[in-house]
Amino acid sequence: MTTTAPLLSSVEVARFVATGFHRMDAVIPDDLNEEAIGVFDAGIPVAYYGQPVPKVYEEGSFVRRLIETPAVAGALHSLIGPDPTVDHHALHVREPREGAAQALHADAIIDTRPDAFDVQLMYYPHEVTGTMGGTLSVPGSHLRRTNESDTGRYQNLRGQSRLTCPAGTVVLLHHGIWHGGRRNDSDTRRYMFKIRFNPTVPQVRLWDTSDLDDPRIAHELGRHFPWCEHATGRLEVYNRIKLWRAMTGDASFDIDLWATRVANRPGRVA
Amino acid sequence: MKQQVLVLYLNNSALDSEVLAWAFYDGTGKTEPTTGDSDLPPYDTGTEALRDGWRLFQASQLIPPYPGHEYDTSYMKHEFFFEKLE
Repeated sequence: MTTTAPLLSSVEVARFVATGFHRMDAVIPDDLNEEAIGVFDAGIPVAYYGQPVPKVYEEGSFVRRLIETPAVAGALHSLIGPDPTVDHHALHVREPREGAAQALHADAIIDTRPDAFDVQLMYYPHEVTGTMGGTLSVPGSHLRRTNESDTGRYQNLRGQSRLTCPAGTVVLLHHGIWHGGRRNDSDTRRYMFKIRFNPTVPQVRLWDTSDLDDPRIAHELGRHFPWCEHATGRLEVYNRIKLWRAMTGDASFDIDLWATRVANRPGRVA
Repeated sequence: MKQQVLVLYLNNSALDSEVLAWAFYDGTGKTEPTTGDSDLPPYDTGTEALRDGWRLFQASQLIPPYPGHEYDTSYMKHEFFFEKLE
């Protein structure tokens, strides 16, 4: 999948590294959103592929048109790179007055890759209101090493995101982010279609790097999230610095010497 | 008697530090708390819960990081379990 779609800026990618998501409100046109409901009602079984996009989705198909929407294609390219493989897709439906929320979890299994990540696309074809059980997610949780729903004990966290959005919203998530479908307390069925993408190239400088020296990058990477312990929050910044170094190829990048001072061992080589 | 359980996750290992995350399990069946049902914590600190009658029955230990994993982050560190009996 090659694209001339608009790429993300360095500041936007840094924000993704810090928060674990990139949100695009009402980015999908109305006609595609209206078509989506019929496609979803016809049923989309969960399917695992590990195949390139053109092998999974025919040209002109609903999903191809969805992910080729310029803003979506550009953001995907910026984060996952060209020609990703489709890991799997799944349609999530929360029925009206459905009894319980999903336990807070990260998808798949614990994932310790320090310099690569999968991207999960979540698409909402209709407006999601506060009572419809929009996806719960925890900004900044994606670098925590936890396994799937072992976080299920955590019901609520300060600064959590309880998604409400207009029709046609797409959110791209780092694979590790803590999230879950909330209880649908409305009388309206809620749909969310998800595709997980795997990278096939090193995720290094895949975005528009013309602003790579922007001081807002350090500001984004150095953010503290309200749910995060004060001390552990410092480790989160350290881990973001390591990921940013991997994604930019700049082994000297640092913020306030967090990574530099703990590596400073004058006169020692091992 | 039936048990209500409140779990608070605090900002550091001190019981009077700020509540960052929380969960509530209601053995009386009067409420049905679930994931993502509130943005506001029931108390600002652990001691505020004590003052409201919650009894502390378990607290996280302080465990040193495993060698080689000092910079890893994982589960919420400072977990405190409280109960009320009704």
